[in-house]
Amino acid sequence: MPGLEDLYREIILDHYRSPRNRGELPSPPARRAEGFNPLCGDEVVVYVDVDDGTLKDIRISGQGCSISQSSASLMSGAVKGKSLPEVRDLIRTFKAMMSIHEARLGDGDADEPVALDPESLGELAALQGVVKFPVRIKCATLSWNTLAQGLDDAESPDIATATD
Amino acid sequence: MDIASCKRDFPLLHQIVHGHRLVYLDSASSSQRPQSVLDAMDNYYETTHANVHRGVYAIAEEADRRYEAARTAVGRFIGAPNPAQEVIFTKNATEAVNLVALTWGRQTLKSGDAVLLTDMEHHANLVPWLMLAEERGIELRWIPMGDDYRLDLTDLDRLLDGVKLVACTTMSNVLGTIPPFARIADAAHRAGALVLADGAQSVPHLPTDVRSLGCDFLAFSAHKMLGPTGIGVLWARQELLDSMPPFMGGGGMIADVRRDGFTTNELPWKFEAGTPPIAEAVGFGAAVDYLDAVGMEAIHKHELSLTAYALETLAQRFGDDLRIFGPATTDERGGVLSLAYRDIHPHDLAQVLDQQGVCVRAGHHCAKPLMRRLGVNATARASLYLYNDESDVDTLADALAEAATLFG
Repeated sequence: MPGLEDLYREIILDHYRSPRNRGELPSPPARRAEGFNPLCGDEVVVYVDVDDGTLKDIRISGQGCSISQSSASLMSGAVKGKSLPEVRDLIRTFKAMMSIHEARLGDGDADEPVALDPESLGELAALQGVVKFPVRIKCATLSWNTLAQGLDDAESPDIATATD
Repeated sequence: MDIASCKRDFPLLHQIVHGHRLVYLDSASSSQRPQSVLDAMDNYYETTHANVHRGVYAIAEEADRRYEAARTAVGRFIGAPNPAQEVIFTKNATEAVNLVALTWGRQTLKSGDAVLLTDMEHHANLVPWLMLAEERGIELRWIPMGDDYRLDLTDLDRLLDGVKLVACTTMSNVLGTIPPFARIADAAHRAGALVLADGAQSVPHLPTDVRSLGCDFLAFSAHKMLGPTGIGVLWARQELLDSMPPFMGGGGMIADVRRDGFTTNELPWKFEAGTPPIAEAVGFGAAVDYLDAVGMEAIHKHELSLTAYALETLAQRFGDDLRIFGPATTDERGGVLSLAYRDIHPHDLAQVLDQQGVCVRAGHHCAKPLMRRLGVNATARASLYLYNDESDVDTLADALAEAATLFG
């Protein structure tokens, strides 16, 4: 039986109490993407400033639980200043970490979990305990899915020309 | 029956979760079932299951008898004048409201007609009307909620002008507020409107009589009142049901089918296409038998006193750190406690409470317009029923204190 200490690591509570990169960016030129968790009503807004293939700046607003807010805060620090392919890689790696549990439940193949490079996750590894609480996985992935949507928008010439 | 002994009748409540006694405080979402309901369903499947309405052999006749006896029992439970005709079994309260919107609503409502709702409706009594508004161009109006978490009826007569239907909850699933339904129904009828009662929260907890409520339609679900999931009820006055077109088409709901058309069966089967939830109906019948044996007045009294104890205990222990969205007294109020504790997010609160074996619901409780009105995304909701007692409230308070330690 997983305990709360697996979920509420000190680093998670720290990012919840003092979220990094909180706020907004002027949009345009920044892209703005909204994500909702229909189960709990949580919402996150991610602003991304993409320039020359690099995620130059990111801001997070919205409200939610400690897991969704700390995940967004940790994410913002991890992706800021990275090239878009690096950011995409990190999104994939993070979501793979969050889906291990589901994959094991699904096909019973516990021997070969998705290969993860813990080095690449840094502080984000603190969120690994969330997979023991399946209902909360959506809280942890909300900002990541929203970031991916923001990057899609930023990279799509059709939408980039549309007004916000 | 002694209400203090009720807890013993519910096998699920006697288990240990995370090393703690299970404290179930989520009955507004779904209640638990007494052994008698489980036994009735088991016995049905073990001895007499067959499809209803068509068999001539003994066990099919018995299945039919038990299915229809359940209908009558449920109808009597709500004071239906013609229980054998007016009680339509649906999947749940949601389907019952949809049935009204898609049959009576489509038949009656035209562009420009108005439907009057309230600020405190569940999505089940909102989205069907929003869908119809999109399809038909009908106007939706809202009875506002005051800052005392009660409906503000000041402008009721003006709001009712041109309204064809008032669709209103009989108890808010978020606030516990019991609106003055009979008064609203009376004003609506004088204005020429029909009245639908979303009884999902009140029918399990208060004595119900459709005539004194003054409703024309009443929707409720079995699983919130000790019965199984998968079955609910639409009650409506017989002449309304007679005039309404059928809902879903299929077996059971027809009198005759030809290549060029069909005629509908008589009530109540006209609205029950396909094989119905028979065992669930039998369980539903056993559930209302159980509630009748305890007595709805006794249940209501017990919940009132427990709600008063909870309001007092929580205020005493947590003061201004704990906010309750709902009436501050037990007048016209049920045992639903929507909580905000310090700035701890309801999801986190519910997670910490779970570690103490306490089951509460966190979220928007399928009432997003109301949550917007309250200015929050979510609340943590503890809801009481006949099997809860003061020790459950004490455990809730202890677990809240534990959450404060973790989130400081």
